[in-house]
Amino acid sequence: MTPREFNHVGEEALRFEARDKVTGRAAYVHDLELPGMLHAKVLHSPWAHARITAIDASVARDLPGVKAVLTGEELPYLLGLYMVDKPILARGKVRYQGEPVVAVAAVDEATAERALALVRVDYERLPAVLSVDAALAAQTLVHEDIGRLEYIKGAFFPVPGSNIASWHKTIRGDVEGAFAAADYIMASELSLPQVAHAPLETHVAVAKADPCSNRVEIWTSAQSPFAVRNLLAKAFGLSHNEITVRVPFVGGGFGGKAGIHLEPLAVALSRASGGLAVKIRATREEECNQLPCREGLRGRIKTGVSRDGRITAMQVCYDWDGGAYADYSVNIGRAAGYSGAGPYEIANIELHSRTLYTNKVYGTAYRGFGHLETHWVIERHMDMIAQKLNLDPYELRLKNLLREGSLTISGERIAADSGRPDHCLQAVAKEIGWQGYRSQAEREAALKSGKARGKGLAALHKAPAMPSTTATAAVMQLNEDGTVRLMLGAVDMGQGVYTVMAQIAAEVLDLPLHKVKVVAETDTDKNPYDWQTVASKYSFMGGNAVMRCAQDVLRQLKETAARVLRCPVEELAHGGERIYHVHHPDKALSYKQLAVGYGFENGNGIGGPIIGHGRYIAEGLTNLDANGQGLPALDWTYGAHGAEIEVDVETGEIEVIKIASAFDVGKALNPALARSQVIGGVVQGLGSALCEQFIYTPEGRLLNPSFADNKIPTAKDIPGQIVPILIENPQLDGPFGARGVGEHPMISVPSVIANAVYDALGINFFELPLTPERIALAVAKQENQAG
Amino acid sequence: MREQPSNTGETGGTDRVRLSCVVNGEKVSALVEPHLTLLSFLRQELKLLGVKEGCGEGECGACTVIMNGNAVNSCLTLALEAEGARILTVEGLSNGGGLSALQEEFVKHDALQCGFCTPGMLMSARALLDRNPDPGTEEIKEAVAGNLCRCTGYYPILEAITAAAKREREGEQR
Ligand code: FES
Ligand code: FES
Repeated sequence: MTPREFNHVGEEALRFEARDKVTGRAAYVHDLELPGMLHAKVLHSPWAHARITAIDASVARDLPGVKAVLTGEELPYLLGLYMVDKPILARGKVRYQGEPVVAVAAVDEATAERALALVRVDYERLPAVLSVDAALAAQTLVHEDIGRLEYIKGAFFPVPGSNIASWHKTIRGDVEGAFAAADYIMASELSLPQVAHAPLETHVAVAKADPCSNRVEIWTSAQSPFAVRNLLAKAFGLSHNEITVRVPFVGGGFGGKAGIHLEPLAVALSRASGGLAVKIRATREEECNQLPCREGLRGRIKTGVSRDGRITAMQVCYDWDGGAYADYSVNIGRAAGYSGAGPYEIANIELHSRTLYTNKVYGTAYRGFGHLETHWVIERHMDMIAQKLNLDPYELRLKNLLREGSLTISGERIAADSGRPDHCLQAVAKEIGWQGYRSQAEREAALKSGKARGKGLAALHKAPAMPSTTATAAVMQLNEDGTVRLMLGAVDMGQGVYTVMAQIAAEVLDLPLHKVKVVAETDTDKNPYDWQTVASKYSFMGGNAVMRCAQDVLRQLKETAARVLRCPVEELAHGGERIYHVHHPDKALSYKQLAVGYGFENGNGIGGPIIGHGRYIAEGLTNLDANGQGLPALDWTYGAHGAEIEVDVETGEIEVIKIASAFDVGKALNPALARSQVIGGVVQGLGSALCEQFIYTPEGRLLNPSFADNKIPTAKDIPGQIVPILIENPQLDGPFGARGVGEHPMISVPSVIANAVYDALGINFFELPLTPERIALAVAKQENQAG
Repeated sequence: MREQPSNTGETGGTDRVRLSCVVNGEKVSALVEPHLTLLSFLRQELKLLGVKEGCGEGECGACTVIMNGNAVNSCLTLALEAEGARILTVEGLSNGGGLSALQEEFVKHDALQCGFCTPGMLMSARALLDRNPDPGTEEIKEAVAGNLCRCTGYYPILEAITAAAKREREGEQR
């Protein structure tokens, strides 16, 4: 038997907050009540695009129990992560149906609702921009003042007088020449609609403003406590010290709770109510039509291919249906600029990624940050190239995958330790028994039998999309008994980050896991800084910070121990919760003896409480230049899916028999939790593949803002089998070799299903979701053409 | 016995009605507004905050409690419908401090991530195992089909319920 490499890293430790979650004791903002707390309700725009001509809220203000009524006129603020474009309540005009126009804080929700019913708003309707084509035509502008909006220069490129919130370009190589020399040129257009994140806990925030000072306290179901503080400070002109943001357990985020959402309105209402606490909780309908969703996308792609299947040239245009405000969508558009060709080596590329304003609910980050969408385009297109060239799509992918020494489309050289997309693809192909497309004869026979089976493959990659100077920190204090308190800036919304960080701390300190406590509420007054819990970056960045933090603790323990044991620090080692002399292991001091300072027998004390800290800032990343060239990626996590499905030819229903999903995680810090991410992410991806979509009326009203009409997968919709495969080619600068894998399992799931549907039916689909109607109609059309 | 004054729904001015029921083994009596939901009664009056609200429209199952042996969506049930009923919520699952077998298996199988669906999921599972100690996978899926979970992909939940059923059949205390 080989000795175990690690004691805690790689162990399947149970998530430590699970006990609180199965007893109902875990506290969410949803459950928070403060003395005298008011409840807020919001009046929404009934129109997709309209001028507000008058608001009369006088009757509502007089209703007993109403403490504050606010309209946009009283809130002259604009907020935004990248484009500063979003008012707290609509000002002058409304830009999507569901946009908040008036807000009321009252003694309870029922009173607030009664008050809203007494508010009169007059609108003058404007033509609405409801598609990417309408947005590009720019007959109507969603933001007339686009040319005057504040934004982060150099990273985003708004086009004045248009609906283009940002136009990102990536240009590399000789695209024209490569197309001219190509043996084949293939073009396709694919699209997918907006979808809802659907966390089970809707957005909710409580704010309490101090009436005698600028101080503000906020409790929020959010992924970015420090970003909430930062954006609020900027918008309201406050010092960061005047704002406290607390995030307890979060009932699901998936990107939808990144950034800032209900918090500013809660703060404004609390101020207007003389400082009483105010709670705003989105209803399920508001979660869909007021709060952001995943943006829609239309992708047009053209590739030049050599006879043997090398992709030599690529031209892509991604047009993002970003909705009324830019939020994260412009940065999603930017991320597509360096990852939007898929995990392939493409020497000559011209990529345009345009984030467009439309009069729809606005888009934001959603698990994968645009990569599910771009991989829908790329991974479907890859299969169609294989069909045209009569190649095996597996071989075609292998031939073009990134490998050591390849250059990405932003000019980054892939290193030996960057991970192996080919290993992922090989693993899933083997797992599903991939043997190439079935023949047309096989397909026809299956169609006659009424049940057609097919298999498919799809690959993926993603790096954290974040500013080049993104940073995080960890702080650790020893308690009197030698146990450890670990403080992080990250939020655990179910991904298990606290458990994994405790494992890393226990590993470095050589402590039993139960002796490490991660403080479970993130509080910007107490916890160290973290940029945001997004982008699958925390295992890597937080993991490194926690390692350094634990090493700092060890250094301090040894410093005190060296003075007690009267030896050089270099001769000390640690193990078994003790600091000991390497040559005389019995000369030792326990962590407990050193934790808050050592006391000699005569009463003298030395040392003092041990507090370690560790920091990590993304190192070596650069901005992108005007051609989209630079080093934006901290690390790439590669993956692949293989699926086997069966289509009911009559009803068009797709049954997923098996899906195998492999990711090169570098090192699985906790394989059980990593598998949980894979299984959960794959099922979430199946929602996007098979059933989820926002549907609008021709006037731009969202038709299905509920679970009844916008179905997400239930226990009855899961595949027969999901096989998570964790591949471990270590990343040298990752903690113990690890890379992030939180978002990746969802990426390319729609692509792999549609590729399998092609194998089954011989029909290519270009739009999502793959509903039974869409499939059945296409089958009928094909039969008609054949017959 | 707990006497609960009800002040939810306040200013409307309908006549309150007395409600008596047994919640997690404890007798409860309160005056409630006729339109008050069982969900609001449990959360706002009894402060049983383990009962969650994910939609308030009967579509997500986060609010599931057991009423007279049946799993019900408490957001669609009027508090007054619980007159004389026995109600069990997640808070009543772990009698005397220790976790029940069902809760333990949820922990062991990592059948929760954010945990927001978990209380409702546990109650649907509990109601199933009470009426069928040996359910097959299809029955389990059926029993929790009304409980949406956006995090876990359901597999670990199905495994946890199967494992708990086995332990309970083998005579373990639930
Ligand atoms: S809250 Fe009752 S079913 Fe969703
Ligand atoms: S664990 Fe998050 S919804 Fe089920």
